[in-house]
Amino acid sequence: MKVLVPVKRVVDANIKVRAKADETGVDLANVKMAMNPFDEIAVEEAVRLKEKGVATEVVVVSCGSSACQETLRTALAVGADRAILVDSGEVELQPLAVAKLLKAVCAAEQPQLVIAGKQAIDDDANQVGQMLSALQGWPQAAFASKVELADGKAKVTREIDGGLETLEISLPAVITADLRLNEPRYAKLPDVMKAKKKPLDTTTPAALGVDVAPRLATLKVSEPPKRQGGGKVADVADLVNKLKNEAKVI
Amino acid sequence: MAILVIAEHDHASLKAVTKNALTAAAKIGGDTHLLVAGSNASAAAAQGAACAGVAKVLLADAPQYADQSAENIAALVVSLAGAYSHIVTVASSAGKNFMPRVAALLDVAQISDVTEVQAADTFVRPIYAGNALATVKSADRIKVLTVRATAFDAVGEGGSAPVESIGAAEDTGLSKVSGRELTKSERPDLGAAKIVVSGGRGLGSGENYRKLLEPLADKLGAALGASRAAVDAGFVPNDFQVGQTGKIVAPQLYIAVGISGAIQHLAGMKDSKVIVAINKNADEPIFQVADYGLVADLNEAVPELVSKL
Repeated sequence: MKVLVPVKRVVDANIKVRAKADETGVDLANVKMAMNPFDEIAVEEAVRLKEKGVATEVVVVSCGSSACQETLRTALAVGADRAILVDSGEVELQPLAVAKLLKAVCAAEQPQLVIAGKQAIDDDANQVGQMLSALQGWPQAAFASKVELADGKAKVTREIDGGLETLEISLPAVITADLRLNEPRYAKLPDVMKAKKKPLDTTTPAALGVDVAPRLATLKVSEPPKRQGGGKVADVADLVNKLKNEAKVI
Repeated sequence: MAILVIAEHDHASLKAVTKNALTAAAKIGGDTHLLVAGSNASAAAAQGAACAGVAKVLLADAPQYADQSAENIAALVVSLAGAYSHIVTVASSAGKNFMPRVAALLDVAQISDVTEVQAADTFVRPIYAGNALATVKSADRIKVLTVRATAFDAVGEGGSAPVESIGAAEDTGLSKVSGRELTKSERPDLGAAKIVVSGGRGLGSGENYRKLLEPLADKLGAALGASRAAVDAGFVPNDFQVGQTGKIVAPQLYIAVGISGAIQHLAGMKDSKVIVAINKNADEPIFQVADYGLVADLNEAVPELVSKL
């Protein structure tokens, strides 16, 4: 069984991003980039499926600029077999466009399972996995915290408001990874070296026949209202007094 | 053109967040229809009909909506979409699950987690864990939105909309729910509570979390929440998580105990009216957003707080 994992190159999760002064976007100059943390979890899950003998091949795909090769190499270093870059240059890719590109990749690769991160930590859209699933007419299991595969079926535990839900779906399907699905491994140095020799093919939206023109125009990107924090209280009595008499919230 | 709001409900009753989505719809402007897709859900539909501003409730009552599967809900919404300019639901785990399917099948963008309606085609949404706000304009014929419940007030009662029964869409048969483990609690719902008591890694263990924070929550009538670190460490179940990828809360009072204040956590609670932080390390970032920071050992401060309330 072939597993396809889409990975996105995003700003590192530890960096506090700021809007640019001219409000045209966020300031990403000289900012550390990394694989989207949820995608790391998705890659890890796919690699574990291969290690268990359930999956035969793990293919990672990234849509974006040529810099995404770095992200793909990271995935190859932790155990993916092969990578595909859909090089869109500097064009902004919105979730619907990415879902369509992945649909085209699925048509060529015929995976039995797509494992995606549930959300990218830059645009926080939480859309691509569900959109791909819909475009393929496949079942979906979003926000997965446990995946068991057997006999062409997946039993997936999902994190939902209020607790957990267990879903049974037939393959092919799309699963999106939540935080607690697994703990991704770190790449070992020899594996990083080996990853450089693994195949990485490049294609483009045009070659895949996909129109990726943005549907949403971003009019501006601004700083959120600043919170006046930093106040301190001397002790518990002071805290209780201020909550009662100053903030009047208790 | 009219607006279709998809209700969140448990068949027997409407979830409160639906009323926040109705306010977002009212800000867009236009006749609002509320879709209740459920199984034996006439009680939820009746509650929807009583919400202010609802012109009509559409009730699709069929066994295939019992589980609220993304595939079946999306198929139904898509079958109705032609009559609407906007399709709106809450950015809850249910809304996030089915709505992107709707957008993809209609070949339109989805605008996720809207916090402000500026015009019928222009919306504000947080990006980068709320560190920036994007104002986006949609040129699509149908605008598909999920809205952040805490960013919109709830509509009131006093409506008396007709309830129209509609047929179900074809059952896609694509998925089956085989189990649910829901956290049972007498406490208010985390997303809707006026006061939230939240704990982090600093509590040290699940036992200590319960020993210290439950009496405080009981005293305040508060909901209990947690940071990702506390959930990952197994102190509390996953649905306690407040943050970028967990629950977004904006209560009157948020008490963060033993929480350092990672960007991802702040994204879920920084719109709270008053924030209290209790942590022994004065350098933690949580203090930068706290109105009242108490630098103290939580093992002593929390029981003292309970006794003084």
